Amino acid sequence: MSGRPRTLFEKVWDRHLVSGPVQDGMPSVLYIDLHLIHEVTSPQAFSELESRGLGVRRPDQTVATMDHSTPTEPGVSMRDLDILDPRGADQLDRLLSNCTRHGIELHPLGSRYNGIVHVMGPELGLTQPGMTVVCGDSHTSTHGAFGALAFGIGTTEVGHVLATQALLMHKPKTLEIKAEGMLPAGVTAKDLILGIIASVGIDGGTGHVIEYTGSAIRSLDMEERMTVCNMSIEAGSRAGMIAPDETTFSYLKNRPGTPSGPGWREAVAFWESLPSDPGASYDRSVVIDAAVLEPMVTYGTNPGMAIPVTGRIPDPNTLPPGQMKGLGKALSYMDLTPGSQVCGREVQAVFLGSCTNSRISDLRAAATILDGKKVAPGVRMLVVPGSEQVKRQAEAEGLSEVFLAAGAEWRNPGCSMCLAMNTDRLGPGEYVLSTSNRNFEGRQGPGGRTFLGSPLTAAATALSGRITDPREVM
Amino acid sequence: MEPFVTVGGSPVPLLVDNVDTDQIIPASFLKVVDREGLSGGLFHGWRFLEDGTPDPGFVLHQPKHRSSPILLTGENFGCGSSREHAPWALQAWGFRVILGLGFADIFRGNAHRNGLLTVTLDAETHRSLLASIQADGDAQVSVNLEMQEVTLPDGTASSFEIDAFAKHCMLQGIDPMGHLLEQLPAIEAFEAGHDGRGNGFSIQKDAGTS
Ligand code: SF4
Repeated sequence: MSGRPRTLFEKVWDRHLVSGPVQDGMPSVLYIDLHLIHEVTSPQAFSELESRGLGVRRPDQTVATMDHSTPTEPGVSMRDLDILDPRGADQLDRLLSNCTRHGIELHPLGSRYNGIVHVMGPELGLTQPGMTVVCGDSHTSTHGAFGALAFGIGTTEVGHVLATQALLMHKPKTLEIKAEGMLPAGVTAKDLILGIIASVGIDGGTGHVIEYTGSAIRSLDMEERMTVCNMSIEAGSRAGMIAPDETTFSYLKNRPGTPSGPGWREAVAFWESLPSDPGASYDRSVVIDAAVLEPMVTYGTNPGMAIPVTGRIPDPNTLPPGQMKGLGKALSYMDLTPGSQVCGREVQAVFLGSCTNSRISDLRAAATILDGKKVAPGVRMLVVPGSEQVKRQAEAEGLSEVFLAAGAEWRNPGCSMCLAMNTDRLGPGEYVLSTSNRNFEGRQGPGGRTFLGSPLTAAATALSGRITDPREVM
Repeated sequence: MEPFVTVGGSPVPLLVDNVDTDQIIPASFLKVVDREGLSGGLFHGWRFLEDGTPDPGFVLHQPKHRSSPILLTGENFGCGSSREHAPWALQAWGFRVILGLGFADIFRGNAHRNGLLTVTLDAETHRSLLASIQADGDAQVSVNLEMQEVTLPDGTASSFEIDAFAKHCMLQGIDPMGHLLEQLPAIEAFEAGHDGRGNGFSIQKDAGTS
């Protein structure tokens, strides 16, 4: 195509622009290809539609799952929930009736394709390069790993998309994060994104869509790319994107939602046109040296408060003023001493799960470390696969056996202890090494304290009961 | 949604940076299919002591702040989860305006669509406002959306930016849904020419095997 070189983001944006701003300060109308919904952020949107006498305009472009408030104890079904958790059951019932009434494809609790919304969409091939994808959930950024423009929306906007299949939006700016070099052994995509957030800051991406580029990104597989894009929102960016390539296409081939035959070849030809043109410019660019990264862990109460596992916690008194705001408050919540090491800190729980790190490769990575060993006495380890498909695959590969033999709990899919809406939660004051994405105060249970890290760090920590550098046990 | 009229009051200082939406309303309060009970969950982790009783020292519980419609906070307010329950909870408590040094994108959009105004102050104005409040806990400000102005306790006015469309909707008290519905003919026309990919991906309905 001739004309000004465009970025991946601009190509996808332009392709979905129903109309640009009619005057300064007015939003554009952006067409939405795929709308994913779940039980927690959709009920009020359906009620709004009803009160306005509106229907769902494109149920065929809407797919639902149950994930946030669902139980993960093996053997607990939707019917048991009526007694165990009537309010959670209410949400699930409401989603079921809304989907039935409006003809929306739903993957209910326990069904073959059920899973965390950001695990389910990609594994079904619903998420494809060049699409616009939204969901009432901030980690919708995950789907950007495929070169889709994917971002979280509020419940009012869920209503807008249900009613019109479009959104009113101001065009965001672009931020290129170029990660060059090879990740060293024991350093994963999770460590890369934690390193990126620590470097750009938790509001470093506000107002911007990130495009991750560079050799470190190109060499990641799709599950690793999803881990990276997943946490774009933790840097303040609603969306993070990676240009589609052979890695993307081979992941998508033969998925239930992707075309086959001539349709597949057409799709690939289109997808190949999406990467940013040579010479395309970004509003900002940041370069990260991936080759010097170490396994990262957080020590504070936001994902930007992360250090190499071998490092020391910064001291609020010796930092330049204005840096790392809220550090003192965070350390007092975490009951950690400035200048001390995170490595060696005791934990009472390890959580392997969430839309960041609950895919098959995450479980495999953890299993290689746990194989034939035991979780430390007094440590509760929860392994929560991201979807029914991941669960079945892990069982077929014998990974679940490894986890169970090590003394970990093997659960049903769901968000689980990532946000503790069900009974999977920390007690007050307890520490967890968690592969999820948020270490906010109380996120994993009121009073609970979170260290975020990779699946490798989680497994290594589970064995010793203390934060452990995974490179020591690999 | 109520049209936004000029709001005045004594700002409640919650001077924490990066207040995430999990603090504004914890996940346990999201188990609703409507908007019930949200004000009870507002800042729940900070408002209550370990034994479950309200912390009288928490700023929202101080009698002089109990009915103020204005919250004053720091940088990057509303980061994290996209839950619209966060602005709903703030409104249910009685807030109409949040003054701060910056807001997360999703939160700001959610707030404006519900008529909760976020105002980003420059650092100097923020500092002087804070000093006024610290000197006089009853210091008053007034926020005029039409003029895009905050009148500080010393009578000086400070202007703020807001996107024209959000301002229009808030002043009129309208949800943008109406505007979007008016675009339906354009959306349909667009759809007719839009590449089918992404429009026909629906997988087999055998999926619901539970
Ligand atoms: S796993 Fe956690 S972050 Fe992901 S969708 Fe569920 S609650 Fe949100």
